[in-house]
Amino acid sequence: MNQQIIDLSYLAAAILFIFALKAMSSPRTARKGNLAGAIGMLIAIVFTLGSRQIVSWPWIIAGLAAGALIGGALALTVHMTAMPQMVAMFNGFGGLASGLVVLAEVFRAGSSGDARFAVTAGIAALIGWVTFTGSLVAFAKLQEFLVTGRPVVFPLQKAVNFLLLAVAAGLIVLLGFYPGLHWLVIPVAALASVLGVLFVIPIGGADMPVVISLLNSYSGLAAAATGFVLGNSGLIIAGALVGASGIILTRLMCRAMNRSLANVLFAAVGQTVTTAGGKERPPVRSFSPVDAAMVLENASLVIIVPGYGLAVAQAQHAVKEMADLLVQRGVTVKYGIHPVAGRMPGHMNVLLAEANVPYEQLCDLDEINPEFERADAALVIGANDVVNPAARHDKGSPIYGMPILDVDKARAVMFCKRSLNPGFAGIDNELFYNPNTMMVFGDAKATVTGIVAALKE
Amino acid sequence: MNEAVPALLAAADEAASSPMPLTFAVIIFVLAMFVGLEVITKVPTTLHTPLMSGSNAISGITIIGALLAAGLGGRLGAVIGTLAVTAATINVVGGYLVTDRMLRMFTRKRD
Repeated sequence: MNQQIIDLSYLAAAILFIFALKAMSSPRTARKGNLAGAIGMLIAIVFTLGSRQIVSWPWIIAGLAAGALIGGALALTVHMTAMPQMVAMFNGFGGLASGLVVLAEVFRAGSSGDARFAVTAGIAALIGWVTFTGSLVAFAKLQEFLVTGRPVVFPLQKAVNFLLLAVAAGLIVLLGFYPGLHWLVIPVAALASVLGVLFVIPIGGADMPVVISLLNSYSGLAAAATGFVLGNSGLIIAGALVGASGIILTRLMCRAMNRSLANVLFAAVGQTVTTAGGKERPPVRSFSPVDAAMVLENASLVIIVPGYGLAVAQAQHAVKEMADLLVQRGVTVKYGIHPVAGRMPGHMNVLLAEANVPYEQLCDLDEINPEFERADAALVIGANDVVNPAARHDKGSPIYGMPILDVDKARAVMFCKRSLNPGFAGIDNELFYNPNTMMVFGDAKATVTGIVAALKE
Repeated sequence: MNEAVPALLAAADEAASSPMPLTFAVIIFVLAMFVGLEVITKVPTTLHTPLMSGSNAISGITIIGALLAAGLGGRLGAVIGTLAVTAATINVVGGYLVTDRMLRMFTRKRD
C-alpha cells in the first residue's frame, strides 16, 4: 500500500482521537467518544498492516492474538474496585511496547544511525522505560502486591534520583556525539527503569491516581518520541495528544485535591513518615450497629460519606438497601462524595451507580457541605482523611489545605471503620475523639448489614 | 501518458518514504500538543477516571510502531517486536474495554 495513503489514514485516526477526548469530557457523549477512539485505533492498525514494510506475518498475528486475549480477559474480569490498578497496568504495557520498539529499532540500525536517530532513540528509551517500571510500581502499590501502599523513603533519595537522571541525560548527549555507540541506549533504558521505580515508590496510595495520570501522559510522550525515531506521523500526533491531555488532567486532579503537583510527587521525600501510634490516644466511644440504626431512623436528614473502606468491603449494595429502608421511614438520605474519596476520582460514583443508587442523591463537595449543619447524622463509611478537620487548621499536617467534608458540623457523626488505624495519609483523625462521634467498628459490609437487620425489626 | 503514471506514482512514493524532516516532525508534534491542551478544559470530577482510562487506550497507538518493528523481518527485531505488539495490544484492547465498562455505569444512571 502507498505510504501516503497510510499517512492519511493516520490523519483520520488522529481526528477521531481528538473527537474521542473531547467527547469523553461530558457524560452524555462519553461512551460514543470512547467508541470513536477505538475506531480510530482500528483504522491506524489496519492501514499500518497494509504497509509494504511488513514482511513477516506470523509473528504479528501471534502478538495481536495473544495481546487481545490477555487484554480482553483482564478488562472484562477485573473488579470495579481494581479499576485504578488496571489503568496503571495497561499504561505500563504501553510504555513497555514503546521501550521495546526503540530497542528493536536501535538493534536494526546498528551503528549506522545518525546523531538525530541516536539522540531521539535515547530520549524515547528514557521516557518509555520510566513509564513502564513506574506504572508497574503504581500498580503494585495500589494492589498492595509485593509493595506497601505507604510512601517508601530513604536517605539521599532526591540526590540519588537526580544523579541517575543526570547520568542518563549525559549518555544521551554522548549518543549525539558518537552515534556509532548505539548500544549506549541499553544503559539509558536500564537507568530509566530504575528511575521509574524510585520516582513512584515514595508516593502514598491516596495520591496514586494523580501519578497514574502523569504516567499516562508520559506513555503518550513515549509513543511520540518513538514516532520521532521511526518518522511516523501517527505516533507523533496521537502521542502528543495523549501527552498533552494527560498533563491537563493531572493538573485538574491536583486542583481537586487542592495540592500542587510538586507537593504530591515530593511531599513524602525527605520526611520521616508520621506514625499514628506513640502519643496517648484518648478513649473513643464504641457502638453497635443496633445503636447506629436507632440514631439513623430517628433522623430527618442523613448524609452518607462513602470512602475506600466501602469499596474494599463491597458494601455498596448493603448501603443502598439501608438507604431505601431509611427513605421508607421518611428520612432524607444524601451522599457526600469527596473528589478523592476512594482510590480514584469518580470511584465512589462508579460503585454507587453499580448498586443503582439514584443519581439525585449523590452530591459533590460544594453541594453537600452547607447541608451538614442541618444533618442529624453523618454516616462515614470507610472514609477517613476526607473528613479530617486537621486539614483546616493543622499547618503541619500532610493534608493541610485539602478541602474536606464538614461532617463535624452534623449533630452526630458515625464512623464505620475496621479499627482506629490511619488512612492513606498515615495520620490520626481528631474527629474520632469528639463527643459527638460514635465509632462503629467492623467490616463496612457487616456493619451496614447489621444496621439493615436492626432497621427491619 | 499511460507510461508516465506509474513513474509518477513511483516518484511520489519515493519522496514520501524518505525520512521525515526533523522540522516537520517538530511542527506536527507541537501542534498536536496544543490540540491536546485545548481539548481537555472542563471535565466533571466523575469523569476524571474514565477519561484517564480512555486516553490511556489512545496511547496504545504505540502498537503501530510495534507492528512495523515486528513485521520488518530480522530475528531479534521480530522477537522484540512481537513482544511489543503483544504488550501494545493488551494496552489497546484492555484500555478500550475497561473504559467502556466504566462509562456504562454512567449512562445507566442517566436513563
